[in-house]
Amino acid sequence: MSDASLNSHTHTTTLPSDGGFSDFFALLKPRVMTLVVFTAFVGLYAAPGDIHPLVGLIAILFIALGGGASGALNMWWDADIDRVMRRTRNRPIPSGRVTEREAFGFGITLSAIAVVMLWLATNWVAAAILAFTIFFYIVIYSMWLKRWTPQNIVIGGAAGAFPPMIGWAAVTGGISLESALMFSIIFMWTPPHFWALALFMRSDYDDAGVPMLTVTHGRRATRVHILVYTLLLAGLAVGIGFTMVGGPIYVAASVALNALFIKGAWQIWRRSEEDAEADNYKVEKAFFKLSLYYLFALFGVIALEAGLAPFGLGGW
Amino acid sequence: MSLSREHELHKRRFSRNMGLGLALIGLVAIVFGLTVVKVSTEEFTEPLFGEASE
Repeated sequence: MSDASLNSHTHTTTLPSDGGFSDFFALLKPRVMTLVVFTAFVGLYAAPGDIHPLVGLIAILFIALGGGASGALNMWWDADIDRVMRRTRNRPIPSGRVTEREAFGFGITLSAIAVVMLWLATNWVAAAILAFTIFFYIVIYSMWLKRWTPQNIVIGGAAGAFPPMIGWAAVTGGISLESALMFSIIFMWTPPHFWALALFMRSDYDDAGVPMLTVTHGRRATRVHILVYTLLLAGLAVGIGFTMVGGPIYVAASVALNALFIKGAWQIWRRSEEDAEADNYKVEKAFFKLSLYYLFALFGVIALEAGLAPFGLGGW
Repeated sequence: MSLSREHELHKRRFSRNMGLGLALIGLVAIVFGLTVVKVSTEEFTEPLFGEASE
């Protein structure tokens, strides 16, 4: 940074292009990364076959890094939207701590490192799915569909659904019904999760001009969509219980979890906008929170089944 | 604006440099560990040159 640029920012507390480590770390969307790490671990752990523990750990680390890199690239592309939305206004780029160019360079470099290292550590199939995930999230979702179609969340959800598939491929070197079902569960889970958020963060998406379902088709249609997707999700989530990665414990747990989730979606569907406004979107907020626990619990039980299998307790 | 030695800018630069340094050390450790694991696996083991096969 030149002195001239320093002088031009004498009235600001933060100076561009001098972000700290925490600012760059924030570009990786650490909270989203938690989900990526966990689901990738479950995919890897539940997969048939052996992987050296260190290789497994390295694989998860670079899957997470690839996910983080796509988060940084997404923040680079969506900086204009982030500046408008209340929820994202304090992110490193809108707040001026990191420049757009820095975020782009950071994201591209980390993407390349993550894909190459995953390839070296495991196999080309896992690396190729990771590369496709990053491409899909940035080019297909962020650049193309997010600002164009109200089904943006549905399509964007696919990017977040790949990690267990990558974890599975890291061990087996391929794709199977089980890994495809794990993908489908996250794919179907994402829309109700985000639409619930869109219902109670109402003005944000309107202000940013993102064609969210709540904006384009109305809030009643969004409530119907949440219920339909939750029902479809329940079928998949219980269905995977009858495959190789499932077992009696998983089936029992998934039936209970899906019953809770459907109950939440049903309550959202029944409510009118007046009811929701009256109690400040209490049900929608509770459903959003439940959706996070739901996914962690569902994948947690898949891992539990895999962990119990060596003792003759897990699986069918 | 005066840039004193204790300016917040220096703290942020320091944290960034420290983070990058640790990340690079971590990467070296990962590559080393991965190499050890890969050369220790059976498929990587080759007979020594000139050693008669049984």
